[in-house]
Amino acid sequence: MASVDLPVGDLPVGTKAILSRQGLQALIDVLGARGYRVLGPTLRDGAIVYDDLAGVADLPAGWTDVQQAGQYRLERRADEALFGYAVGPSSWKRFLHPPLERLWQTQRTSNGFTVTPPDTTVPKFAFLGVRACELHAIQIQDTVLKRGPYRDTGYDRRRQDNFLIAVNCGTAGGTCFCVSMKTGPAVDSGFDLALTELLDAGSHRFLVETGSAAGAAVLAELPRQAATPDDCSAAQVVVARTAQHMGRSLDTDGLKQLLQANPDHKRWEAVGERCLSCGNCTMVCPTCFCTAVADHSDLAGETAERVRRWDSCFNPDFSYIHGGTVRTETKSRYRQWITHKLASWIDQFGTAGCVGCGRCMTWCPVGIDITEEARAIRDNPAVAVPQGG
Amino acid sequence: MDGLERIVLAHPFFAGLEEKIGQVVAGCARNHRFNAGEYLGHEGEPADEVFLIRHGKVALEILPPGQPASVFSTQGVGEIVGASWLVPPYRWRFDARALELTRAIGIDARCLREKFEADHNLGYEMMKRFLPVVMQQLDETRLQILDVYGKRET
Amino acid sequence: MSAAVQADPFVPDPYRVVRTRREARDITTLELVPLAGERPDYLPGQFNMLYAFGVGEVAISMSGDPAARGSFVHTVRDVGRASGAVANLAAGAMVGVRGPYGSAWPTTAAEGSDVLLIAGGLGLAPLRPAIYQVLAHRERYGRVVLLYGTRTPDDILYRPQLEQWRRRLDVQVMVTVDHGDAEWRGDVGVVPKLIPRAGFDPHHALAMVCGPEVMMRFTADALRQAGIGMEQIYLSMERNMKCAIGLCGHCQFGADFVCKDGPVMRYDRIADILAVREI
Repeated sequence: MASVDLPVGDLPVGTKAILSRQGLQALIDVLGARGYRVLGPTLRDGAIVYDDLAGVADLPAGWTDVQQAGQYRLERRADEALFGYAVGPSSWKRFLHPPLERLWQTQRTSNGFTVTPPDTTVPKFAFLGVRACELHAIQIQDTVLKRGPYRDTGYDRRRQDNFLIAVNCGTAGGTCFCVSMKTGPAVDSGFDLALTELLDAGSHRFLVETGSAAGAAVLAELPRQAATPDDCSAAQVVVARTAQHMGRSLDTDGLKQLLQANPDHKRWEAVGERCLSCGNCTMVCPTCFCTAVADHSDLAGETAERVRRWDSCFNPDFSYIHGGTVRTETKSRYRQWITHKLASWIDQFGTAGCVGCGRCMTWCPVGIDITEEARAIRDNPAVAVPQGG
Repeated sequence: MDGLERIVLAHPFFAGLEEKIGQVVAGCARNHRFNAGEYLGHEGEPADEVFLIRHGKVALEILPPGQPASVFSTQGVGEIVGASWLVPPYRWRFDARALELTRAIGIDARCLREKFEADHNLGYEMMKRFLPVVMQQLDETRLQILDVYGKRET
Repeated sequence: MSAAVQADPFVPDPYRVVRTRREARDITTLELVPLAGERPDYLPGQFNMLYAFGVGEVAISMSGDPAARGSFVHTVRDVGRASGAVANLAAGAMVGVRGPYGSAWPTTAAEGSDVLLIAGGLGLAPLRPAIYQVLAHRERYGRVVLLYGTRTPDDILYRPQLEQWRRRLDVQVMVTVDHGDAEWRGDVGVVPKLIPRAGFDPHHALAMVCGPEVMMRFTADALRQAGIGMEQIYLSMERNMKCAIGLCGHCQFGADFVCKDGPVMRYDRIADILAVREI
């Protein structure tokens, strides 16, 4: 196989090339030099989480995750794959739609108060290791937070100049069902660069594909080699194999109508008895966007601020009005969450809110399985809906 | 009685009633006029008449001891006062007082009850009319006791 | 106010309270004027988020005349920390305002039809802008009926104004209370009970209903029994409101966001879901 370093210069979008581990390090370095804050997967607290990366050495080489409903643990791989896991508890939402944000501050004056807008400086984010499902999740949050009648100005700022390096999945997670949700495992669009890790005897390399002019510009600065037809088909095999090993599946045909027609199904009672209403699912879900605001003032009452924090529809106070809560029972709150995620979201935003990443199942303390709950309604609806809806 | 029969059949409550039945009912009916403050009936008294309001307003009230009367409902044009005549012991369960000049058709309840016993078809036709009215009043009363405008403790 | 602040939909605009009027023990009407510039136009049925320094925001519908350009008028009931802080603001105090938000009463769609304006309790406040607008263009409508119910005669909101409307020759006004008192010679009973006595053509009528949810459900039922179609009935819904701009998720009611798909909602759209417990 020829191994000639390709010259620097303009590259068209869609160009494929091969990066070595050194090339990957160069990628991180180049992004750092261009002022990006580079974030990606790293080992911490027994999980693979997204955090600041200084280099390839920070990546979870040789680790994989074993996931099931209510279970997550790390295991050593037989090889040294850098991206040989599915997804961890955190998602890119933590950076783009952070858990805590100050909206504005206010100061009392002699005859009222003044309002100061928040600090608008944000880092330029580069995300290394974005899964196909996560790309879809980011696009879903874009629709919710940027394309409504009012824009979330903070989210908008944080999304400016993002550099997204997607990584195709070589390992399917035990709770993954991106195939059912048509969000993976192959990345299709919305990335600047896309990597597929190719690991076989004697060779550890990455097929890289450019998805944007920004991606092509960065790739042009990296040491790389030509991608051969064998490389490309090897990459396709990786993704095809992942697609065959999905841990879960979800039949989405007519699911919206089924869920919306069955608010009084007995199943809600059953799942309501298991659910702890802890809200883990909403925290780890990459598309859940609900927030609450809190107003704090100092002791003297001279300054105050409004902060926004993640909230969850499982929070009993979430639906509080007129001295009472609308959804007092856990089953009502579970019904709200799953119906919103798989049905109402389609009415509101044109797609389902679920990307099939499986986090809600993995991180549920009692292992509630969203695909199983949906299946239970479908298999035995109290109110049937005509098929093909 | 022809004029009264026309008045009876023109009342919204009897809309669509068969003429034959209407005549029977009219046979037990008479016109009433109550001045403001006059009572159509008192709690405990025999419920001898059922009143169909043609004009005016009637307050249904209960008198707690030592307190002013508590009006729990008013009935106006087109509405019925009294269902006590339908069920034993056929006595008024509350007071009914005209709030303003009120004209009403009073139908002799004993006369009606005898006619119902003699002609069950007549009885059924009339029950079909009275029962929805009673159900509606029950619904309205339920909404009323829910006290939806009251401030809930936070 | 800097451009950055103006462009941010989370940041309130400063207004001053120029007038307050105590309507009842726990209900106050406030008139608000912007510190700078004009107050934005709004449609009857819309609401603002009102911010009391250091305490928080509450969603309150406009209750004034939309044609009175200089100010916002809001009638606020003290039911909690934030609403209490806003309701107890004195004239001269500053308040933060975000809005106007939400959908409007169909006063334009109702032109050419009979109009029923039906309110219960504090529900008369969000409906009042529509009443003003309809009466300001009275010739565009058929028969106009105003039905209002509340707990006791002492709780009648905007009583002088109701009496004024009632004195007109071209509006039918009926007021009822759940519990009368010794002086009350008006109707006693619930609002739906008034509907059979209201003068309107059910085939050419549009109804706007505002009040506690239970009262609106019973009223909608009674309107249907009177022959009015479900697409001719509008309710004003309420749910927990935090951002009021469709970003926080709290106000969801089925697939609708009350802040942007409501608060005014057509009955046929929500009838099924209104009947579902804890939806």
